[in-house]
Amino acid sequence: MSFASPMIQEPASVPEPAVAAKVAARHVNVHYGEKHALKDVSVDIPARAVTSFIGPSGCGKSTFLRCINRMNDTIPICRVTGEITIDGKDIYDPRLDVVLLRARVGMVFQKPNPFPKSIYENVAYGPRLHGMAKNKTELDEIVVNSLKRASLFEEVKDRLNDPGTGLSGGQQQRLCIARAIAVSPEVILMDEPCSALDPIATAKIEELIDELRSNFTIVIVTHSMQQAARVSQRTAFFHLGSLVEEGSTEQIFTNPKDKRTQDYITGRFG
Amino acid sequence: MTQHIVRAYDEELGALSAKINQMGGIAEAMLTDAVDALARHDVSKARSVVERDGQLDALQHEIEELAVLIIAKRQPMANDLRHIMGTIRIASDIERIGDLMKNIAKRVTVMEDRFLGTRSLAGIQHMAHLVLGQVKAVLDSFAQKSADLARHVWLHDGEVDQLNNSLFRELLTYMMEDPRSITFSTHLLFIAKNIERAGDHATNIAETVYFIETGQQLSGPRPKGESSVFAVSAPGK
Repeated sequence: MSFASPMIQEPASVPEPAVAAKVAARHVNVHYGEKHALKDVSVDIPARAVTSFIGPSGCGKSTFLRCINRMNDTIPICRVTGEITIDGKDIYDPRLDVVLLRARVGMVFQKPNPFPKSIYENVAYGPRLHGMAKNKTELDEIVVNSLKRASLFEEVKDRLNDPGTGLSGGQQQRLCIARAIAVSPEVILMDEPCSALDPIATAKIEELIDELRSNFTIVIVTHSMQQAARVSQRTAFFHLGSLVEEGSTEQIFTNPKDKRTQDYITGRFG
Repeated sequence: MTQHIVRAYDEELGALSAKINQMGGIAEAMLTDAVDALARHDVSKARSVVERDGQLDALQHEIEELAVLIIAKRQPMANDLRHIMGTIRIASDIERIGDLMKNIAKRVTVMEDRFLGTRSLAGIQHMAHLVLGQVKAVLDSFAQKSADLARHVWLHDGEVDQLNNSLFRELLTYMMEDPRSITFSTHLLFIAKNIERAGDHATNIAETVYFIETGQQLSGPRPKGESSVFAVSAPGK
């Protein structure tokens, strides 16, 4: 290609303050013991939008996702430096209650992992733990609303006391999303939420993500480029622990600026 | 460009480009032969131009089918997607060039040759030479993946337009001087217009190639010489 300018690799820059950045990361580094897993990542994640993280396995995208609700704290050898703020407040402030943080920043995992309890109890667990309901009526309301917002209520309304593990994979994943939204989080992190689901269940989750973004800030890690292109408004590409490129999803998938991004999304990574 | 992990993907994209090159070769030959047939009033050559148009149509269909198949199979992204979409557009532009050449050839088969030898013919040959250069250059820009060359073609369309304008005026003068030349001159007017439009398709292809290679649209001022629509057509004015 003779036009060299779009391919020039600029040093990792700190983004300009975005209009409504819900989550802002600045110079975040993560070490697992000796391994430098995440290198100087700075990015803004806008509120009420879906941001997708893409990149090959081991590129640091899940590591970064897990920094946003301090899931990495559970790994003893993991060391996180830099700054991550939500609404301008440092989430690594030692005075911060991590349990409360995780209520504000919910998470949905790759494999649906409902508690070995009833459908009702799966959703009611969080609100009860956080004392969000004064009585049974209020708790019922939260459970029904959460199931409705997760597009699952119609399918399970007659068997709320059946075990959650008895649902199909796609239903289980929507149950996990209902469980996450029951505690009224502001941010929902999804780590490959559809990789264990069939195309129909995947389409339902994608439809749900699109509905949820009017109320939540959603960050999704996905290996499916088409999924990232379909569900997100912003896309960030990670490679070898660095954030290579971040931009509007449209731009990343039609005209990426960095050659590494282009090689990855077009299937040219060796 | 580095290769895809899936080698068959590269082969499919390569097949698309090869078909474009094949179409380009046919269209170039049709342009040369159509104008040659006109200059020599060679009706059998003109007929061969008309016949070749079918090959272009068939290739265009093959390109569209292959492009749809690749999109369905590979879900192309970024430059690959631009390449495939661009190929469909370029095929359509080349096919249109073929149609225009077929139209010229058809006119040659019905034209009387007794007005041949006017200076206008030289003008048309000159125009055809320029447009052929444009078509060749733009197809090279596609084959070489050169946005610079595509931009060059895009910027140098003005001369053809100016030639078309002067031909237009010249033929109007002939028609006013000798009404018997009106039929012949009108054919020549359409032929000149067809060649000029083939040049426009070369410009379209240049825009597509530029978009494929850079992801940007060609924009900005461009020398335009087309003003025959404003030319004075009534005598004495």
